[in-house]
Amino acid sequence: MQSSVTDSRRDTPVSAGPPEQVGPAPRRSSGKAWEWTLAALLLLPNLVLLVVFTYRPLLDNIRLSFTDWNISSPVANPVGLANYVEWFGRDDTRVVVRNTLVFTVATVGISMALGLGLALLLDQKLKGRNLVRSVVFAPFVISGAAVGIAFQFVFDPQFGLVRDLLARVGASSPDFYQQPGWALFMVTVTYIWKNLGYTFVIYLAALQGRRADLDEAAEIDGASAWTRFRRVLMPQLRPTTFFLSITVLLSSVQVFDIINVMTRGGPQGNGTATLVYQVYQETFVNQRAGYGATVATIMFVILLAVTVVQVRFMDRGQKS
Amino acid sequence: MSTSTVIGTLDDESLPPERTRRQRRRAAHNVEPSSHHRGPVWTALGYVGMVLVVLLVAVPLFWILITSFKDRGDIYVRPAQWWPSPATSDNYHELTTRIPFFDYVRNSVIITSATAVAKIVLGVLSAYALSLLRFPGRSVVFLVVIAALMVPNQITVISNYALVAQLGWRNTFQGIIIPLAGVAFGTFLMRNQFLSLPGEIIEAARLDGAGPMKLLWRVVMPMSWPTLVAFSLITVVNEWNEYLWPYLMSDDETTATLPVGLTFLQNNDGVTNWGPVMAGTILAMLPILVLFLFLQRQMIKGLTAGAVKS
Repeated sequence: MQSSVTDSRRDTPVSAGPPEQVGPAPRRSSGKAWEWTLAALLLLPNLVLLVVFTYRPLLDNIRLSFTDWNISSPVANPVGLANYVEWFGRDDTRVVVRNTLVFTVATVGISMALGLGLALLLDQKLKGRNLVRSVVFAPFVISGAAVGIAFQFVFDPQFGLVRDLLARVGASSPDFYQQPGWALFMVTVTYIWKNLGYTFVIYLAALQGRRADLDEAAEIDGASAWTRFRRVLMPQLRPTTFFLSITVLLSSVQVFDIINVMTRGGPQGNGTATLVYQVYQETFVNQRAGYGATVATIMFVILLAVTVVQVRFMDRGQKS
Repeated sequence: MSTSTVIGTLDDESLPPERTRRQRRRAAHNVEPSSHHRGPVWTALGYVGMVLVVLLVAVPLFWILITSFKDRGDIYVRPAQWWPSPATSDNYHELTTRIPFFDYVRNSVIITSATAVAKIVLGVLSAYALSLLRFPGRSVVFLVVIAALMVPNQITVISNYALVAQLGWRNTFQGIIIPLAGVAFGTFLMRNQFLSLPGEIIEAARLDGAGPMKLLWRVVMPMSWPTLVAFSLITVVNEWNEYLWPYLMSDDETTATLPVGLTFLQNNDGVTNWGPVMAGTILAMLPILVLFLFLQRQMIKGLTAGAVKS
């Protein structure tokens, strides 16, 4: 995620932050022995933690994906590509990939569009906008598990809030607990409710840093509101949109808490199971850590590929 | 409520130079900022939009809150009661007596504070070394730290689980805290902050003979409090809400945090007894929402610093 941030910092004109080397004037000498030692002492604990608990497991995960390990046994037998062959051949893979795609595209698309819309709305000079800004942002700081449990009851088909509101207009509530499509809908809406504040706040900060004079000039030239939005505003927000598309995508793909508390991946076994949930289910519930590691590795490769494509896409956009 | 002073902080003041420039321009044009071309219809639509947004956020929270104060029987009625009558604190009583709720709170406080302190200290020290000390391979080390953010937790949990289980650290605090203590984002944030400090001041302190640690405490940190506060706040919020790792590490109330404990509560009853569960979610949300109410500007600064500023 952060490599994308560094990228956007390097590539984008919007950077108002500290440029790379504004700190103290670099001294000619490349440091003394005591300085090296001190730097090593300061960095070592953090580096050790990152290596042991981030990079080591990343590699170990790849190794495990070629084994039949069951998470508790000391033995892991090599099975070659069997797990990968199994994953590509299994029926539930299609369902899980489809769930992941639907959930990710819906959450990224809707939360970015709504976040921008709300940022535009609350950038207007309206009374009480600061209060509304706080209200929109507040759900983002609440625990996903708490939000998930709360919204499970909001969507309860028997006694929930949604059922009550629908009944008041004479409609009946879908069975959010039993029907896979509606369960996925429920999880998606809950995730967007909780995380909308993030895209909103980032877009709002970008809007506040934009050049209003460009918009005014375009207006004097007689450009319509829609043209100004597309031709003047959106290009200025492009780096922000790019940054959000990566960070929001990465966090939606990784969602675990909301799905775990709301549906445990169900109904019907995998109605709302995403790739991340499959990793958890196979590894810790079905005790097939080797297979879980395979799914995790596949997911990591997909995420890496998508991020690279996004960065490329952005680079091309910058040049044209 | 003194909301206008407390809540009115999600505002434009975070960008003072821009603000004043715009204000000057507006004064010159003598027009209303941002709404100079909006008619009354647009303004009215704007207010309608604001009301809708507030309802969308507030109604579910209100629903949870009233449910937590309802009698058990009143939760399961149709049409629903929109005000608890009679209001009762039975759910809170049941929550705090029937399950080890305060154990979860204690665990959350211990794990959140220990992890946050570790991350803040390690982040500041790493950032200091990576910005103000000179040593070979500095940019490579920085890259190694930053690239860790690309690796999702969900991919590392399998192997980390095995390692921690082997050490016999499941259901222990160190088993939860230590694997979470490495800090990448905070290092990035603090490094940017340190690099933005005026070089002359740091150079002057060095010439005055300030050692590297004195430089950090007496010169660099006093100029970096706002960023440190922002970093600390988002760390506390993230650790308080952390779910997957504590969930995998904890089987019971010896180490389970509040979000994990809520999941146990949900499991305990075959058919969920919504009253105490809603009371539990309210109590889990409350501390963070209160923190947010008072310190939202600093929190948002920490979040947007990575996006817009850099």
